[in-house]
Amino acid sequence: MPEVAELHRPTTRDEAWRYADSDFIASAEIALLNDWRTITVPAGETVCEVKTHLSDDGASGMIDRLRVHVGAGGRFEAFAILGGGNYQRVEIEVTLEEGAHFEFGGVTVGGETKRQEFVTRTIHAHPNATSNQIVRAVHWGRATGNYLGRIEVARDAQKTDAAQNFRAILLERGASANAKPELEIFADDVLCAHGAAIGQLDEQAAYYMAARGIPPQLARKLLVQAFIGDAFVALDDQSAREMMVERALDQLAGATL
Amino acid sequence: MLKIENLHTEIDGKAILKGLSLEVRPGEIHAIMGPNGAGKSTLSYALGGRPNYDVTQGSVTFNGADLLELEPHERAAAGLFLGFQYPVEIPGVSNVQFLREALNAQRAARGEEPLSGGEFLKLAKEKAALLKLDMEMLKRQVNVGFSGGEKKRAEMVQMGILDPKFAVLDETDSGLDIDALRVVGEGINTIMRAPDKGVLLITHYQRLLDVVKPDRVSILANGRIVQTGGPELALRLEEEGYDAVMAAEAAHA
Repeated sequence: MPEVAELHRPTTRDEAWRYADSDFIASAEIALLNDWRTITVPAGETVCEVKTHLSDDGASGMIDRLRVHVGAGGRFEAFAILGGGNYQRVEIEVTLEEGAHFEFGGVTVGGETKRQEFVTRTIHAHPNATSNQIVRAVHWGRATGNYLGRIEVARDAQKTDAAQNFRAILLERGASANAKPELEIFADDVLCAHGAAIGQLDEQAAYYMAARGIPPQLARKLLVQAFIGDAFVALDDQSAREMMVERALDQLAGATL
Repeated sequence: MLKIENLHTEIDGKAILKGLSLEVRPGEIHAIMGPNGAGKSTLSYALGGRPNYDVTQGSVTFNGADLLELEPHERAAAGLFLGFQYPVEIPGVSNVQFLREALNAQRAARGEEPLSGGEFLKLAKEKAALLKLDMEMLKRQVNVGFSGGEKKRAEMVQMGILDPKFAVLDETDSGLDIDALRVVGEGINTIMRAPDKGVLLITHYQRLLDVVKPDRVSILANGRIVQTGGPELALRLEEEGYDAVMAAEAAHA
C-alpha cells in the first residue's frame, strides 16, 4: 500500500532549503516540490547517472529530487552540472547498506542572478559503507552556488568512510557561494572528512601561464577547466568525462574571464 | 639585444630598482650577481611584466621593441623566457597540455601554424631527454609533487620546447644538487648558447658559472649595477665576498 505523504511547502527556514530561491519555492506547484524520483541499486551492482541542466534548457527553475537505496556492496554514482535557470536544485538522498559506495561529482556554473544548489543526504545505515562527494562552483555576476551535504552515520555503521569536498571560485565581486557540511555521527569507529574553500582564480598560476605565452583569457579558461575537472575525476567513462568538462566550460560563455 | 636604461621600480610604494642600466648583446651570457635584497628577482619580474612590479621610470628595449609596452604573454611571444626561482604549481593541468597551449599561443602570435599533437610530443620528448627528465613527468600536473630539482629541470625543458631568443633565469641553480646543476647548466648551454640568443643569468654562486661560462658579469647592489667585468669578476666575488669587492671598487673610484 503506498504511503500517503503530506505535501509540504518548504521555506528558507527549513535547514535543507535555507539558501533556496524563496520566490521559486513560494510559487512552484506543491506537487513538484514534493516529487521524488527513486532508484534502487541491487546488491553488488553499479548504477551511474550523468546529468546536465544547462543554460540553453531555458527553464526558469528546476528541481530534481532523487532518493536512492544502494544494496550491500553496490555502488551508486551521480555526476551533474547545474548551469542554467534562475533556480536549480538537485537533491540526492542516498541510503547505503553494508559495504556500499556513493560517489558524487557536481559542478555549479553560472552568472547573472542564477542560484544553483546541490543538496545531498548520505545515510550510512550499515557498517563498511563509503561515500565520496566533490562539488565545484564557478560563479560571476550576482550568481550563487550552494552545497549542502549532510552525512548521517547510524549507531552500528562502524568503519564508515565518508568524504566531501567543496570549492568555489568567484570570478567577480558580487558572486557568492555557500557551503554547509552537516555531520551526524552515532558510531565511534568512522572516518568523516569534509573541506570547503571559497576563493578566486590563482593569479600566480595565471601569471606563470602568461610568462609562457598563454593569453590571459585562455589561461583563466585552462585554470577553470582544471578546477571543474576535479568533480569528474571519478567518472570512469573517458568520453563522458570529457563531455561533462566541455559542457561546464561552455557555460562560461557569458563570464568575464 | 636587451637594453635596460635607468630602470626604476616600486613594489607597494617602496623603491627597489633605482636607476639600473645594463646591456646584453646577441650571443652573450651575462651573469648578474649580488647580495640578498639587491633587487635581482625584482629585475627579472620587471622584465617579465609581473603584476605589482611597477616600472616608474626608465626603458627596456628588446630587439628594437619597447618591452615595457607589451603584456606578459606578448613578451613571451616576442622571444623572452623568464625562468622562475619558484616555479608555480598548476593542479589539474598537465605539463604537456600547458606547454602545447603555450607554444601554439606563441606561434599564433607570430603568425605561425600550430604544432599537431604528434609533432609536439616528439619535440617534448627530445627536450625532456636533453634535460634527463622522465617523459612520464611531463604527463603529470605542472610542478605538482615535483622536488625542487625536478621543478628546475622542468623549467629548462619548457625553455627547450619554447626555444626563446632571450632567457632571464632567476636563481635557476637554487635547490639543485651537484649532478642536477651540471645537467641544467649544460641544458642552458645547449639551448641558449647561440650567436643570435642572449641570457641574463641571475645567481648567487660561482658553481653554475663553472658550467655556464658567462661572457660578462655584473654586480647588482642596492637597485643598481655597481660593477661590470669579465668572468674573473665572479671568481673574485666567490673568493673575497661582495663587501670586499665593492669596497675595493669604491676606493678605486
